[in-house]
Amino acid sequence: MSFLNQDVPLTWYLLLSAVLFSLGVLGFLIKRNLITVFMSIELMLNAVNLSFVAFACQWHAVKGQIFVFFVMMVAAAEAAVGLAIIIAVFRSRGTLSIDRINLMKL
Amino acid sequence: MNSNLNLWLVPLLPFAGFLLNGILGSRLPKWLVTVIGILAPLASFLVVLNAVAATMLFAAKTCPTCGSVVHPVEFPYVETFSHPWISLGSLHVDFSLVLDQLSLVMLLVVTGVGFLIHIYSVGYMGHEEGYARYFSFLNLFLFFMTVLVLAGNFLLMFVGWEGVGLASYLLIGFFFSKDSAAAAGKKAFIVNRIGDFGFLIGIFLLLGNFGTLTFTEIAAKLSTTNPINLVVLNGALSINPGTSSLPTVGVLTAICLCLLVGAAGKSAQLPLYIWLPDAMEGPTPVSALIHAATMVTAGVYMIARTHVLFDHSPAALATVAVVGAATALFAATIGLVQNDIKRVLAYSTISQLGYMFLACGVAAYSAAIFHLVTHAFFKALLFLAAGSVIHALGGEQDLRKMGGLWRKLPVTFWTMTAAVLAIAGIFPFAGFFSKDAILYQAFIRGPEGQALWFVGLVTALLTSIYMFRLWYLAFLGKSRTPDAHPHESPKSMLFVLLILAALSICGGWIGIERFSAYLAPATGQLPAPAAPASPQLESILSIVAVVVALLGWFVADLLYRRKPEQTAKLVADLPGPYKLLTNKYYVDEIYGAVIVKPLFLISKYILGWVVDVALLGGVAWLLAGVANLSGAILQRWQSGNLRSYAAWLAAGAAAVLLFLLLHTMNFDFAIAVRH
Repeated sequence: MSFLNQDVPLTWYLLLSAVLFSLGVLGFLIKRNLITVFMSIELMLNAVNLSFVAFACQWHAVKGQIFVFFVMMVAAAEAAVGLAIIIAVFRSRGTLSIDRINLMKL
Repeated sequence: MNSNLNLWLVPLLPFAGFLLNGILGSRLPKWLVTVIGILAPLASFLVVLNAVAATMLFAAKTCPTCGSVVHPVEFPYVETFSHPWISLGSLHVDFSLVLDQLSLVMLLVVTGVGFLIHIYSVGYMGHEEGYARYFSFLNLFLFFMTVLVLAGNFLLMFVGWEGVGLASYLLIGFFFSKDSAAAAGKKAFIVNRIGDFGFLIGIFLLLGNFGTLTFTEIAAKLSTTNPINLVVLNGALSINPGTSSLPTVGVLTAICLCLLVGAAGKSAQLPLYIWLPDAMEGPTPVSALIHAATMVTAGVYMIARTHVLFDHSPAALATVAVVGAATALFAATIGLVQNDIKRVLAYSTISQLGYMFLACGVAAYSAAIFHLVTHAFFKALLFLAAGSVIHALGGEQDLRKMGGLWRKLPVTFWTMTAAVLAIAGIFPFAGFFSKDAILYQAFIRGPEGQALWFVGLVTALLTSIYMFRLWYLAFLGKSRTPDAHPHESPKSMLFVLLILAALSICGGWIGIERFSAYLAPATGQLPAPAAPASPQLESILSIVAVVVALLGWFVADLLYRRKPEQTAKLVADLPGPYKLLTNKYYVDEIYGAVIVKPLFLISKYILGWVVDVALLGGVAWLLAGVANLSGAILQRWQSGNLRSYAAWLAAGAAAVLLFLLLHTMNFDFAIAVRH
């Protein structure tokens, strides 16, 4: 557990994680390009990962690290499927603007 | 030790016939439909005959071929299906079939006459549409009727009771494309439902007061008190406290009156008789089987079956007698002026059923059953002969358009003559013996009984008049439709007429003494006369009855043969009564105005408009409106804009976090305060 600097307290990691998560949320909300939105989601996931490993280090519990592996795995799968969908959407509609992809609207 | 009679076959064979013809009938060739339709009642009849043979054995006999010893079957013979039907707490109901003298006689009539009428139907219905449907319904009727007769408890009897009503409805409305037939079917069904309602209430009362529905158990509970003592000791309609486990006479009277309502509905007695004349819309063999010989006598059978209850309630018995006598006279007067041949016979059936109720009302149950049996013979014959006439005339039912048929239809004429003589009560035809027994039993019941006897005698006069009127108008005189070319019916129909004619002549020769002695274990002895009767009394009464019948014949002869112009004059002289009679005392109109019309108005305005349209419709409309409106508002939310969804998601998550935060702070605050 020595690779994480013990001099940096847990709070800082958590703060960084919260800032990254909020940036991810913000990007998800305000960006129009579908790929950017997608990257914002990845940012949120990794913010969560950061807090997981921080807690795992703090409590000397391996569960948090296992969760990180799960999240990374799901994120990889999501990236594969999500990018495929994005390519399909771009081919059929010729745009990636999220405001134009609104076929489900009533 | 009883041998097995396989009674369950009696109802189930016709049921199998019903299923086969009902499901496959339209695809089977006609001869196969006929074979199935005829074989089912024949097989039932044979099972019944086997039961007769088994019970008539007087001593144990050794079977000549197999060497085993055959014992006579003892009454009552009970067959119970091993699995109970209903087992609920203390209530226990079985599928049990009971054969005693009463049900055996009734079964012989139902399956025997039923079988004959099935044969007749082959000729009569041969050219009609729905041949297989007709036979399947007729078999269904036999199934339910035999269940009714064999039932060992009230509930199973009720199943048969409802079932024959259903079969009756289906067969009255057999020509369903005719409006009048469909309406008549509905009328019969609805009026019967009113009676069935009374029957059902009676069953509930029995269940509540006796805790069982089995005939034998109820009889056993009641047999601890002697009915005659009860009448003498309990003038105030109460029972002495020593037998407090039994229901009081008041309760018994209520039960009996409820049962009477049921019987009056099924047996077309006042005031529920109105369905029977309309039931003549059905095919004529149906009228003969269901609406003359068997189903309509179910009420009489039910009263005889439950006679132990009625014996305990003098008031109910008196009501039965009065209803019967009133119906007998009432229907006979209407029968005088009807012009439709089948309607004359329908009113005559109602009138004769009145006789049977009269006999039940004076506790002479075996006399009632005796009349039931002879009536089944001669009334079935009358209907079938009338059917033969209608068949010959191509559907003509109006007496005024007949006449002079006796040369053209000799077999029909002579068999009809036997039936007319039988119903008029002329010695030595069957009707004489049974009617005479009823009148005698009424006469020896003291002054009230003599009043009933007098009503019965007047009815006998009227019966004789209208039956000979029918006879003269249909068969004698000159043909009133010269262009008609009547032809005698096919042999299968005439054969049935001849058998029934023989039964109408000989059916009464067994005599009431032997008949009631045979029935006594099931229906009780004939009650002793109120005052000691002189030995000549019975002969004198018989002679009076025959003289009255001959008088009726004479009147009819005078009015319809010798001086036909006299009839028109009579009508002109008495316009009021004639109009009253031809309109059947306006009973249908009165019921229409008093019951049917208010019901329709309530249904249409209160139930239809207020309840259905305003209340139910309003609530449904309100609910739909609220759902629509909230949907219209909430659908704004579903903008389809992905970022707005994400914003709501984020806002929701923020709200949850905020809530948790505040909650934790409050919690901390509370802990701080407690410290």
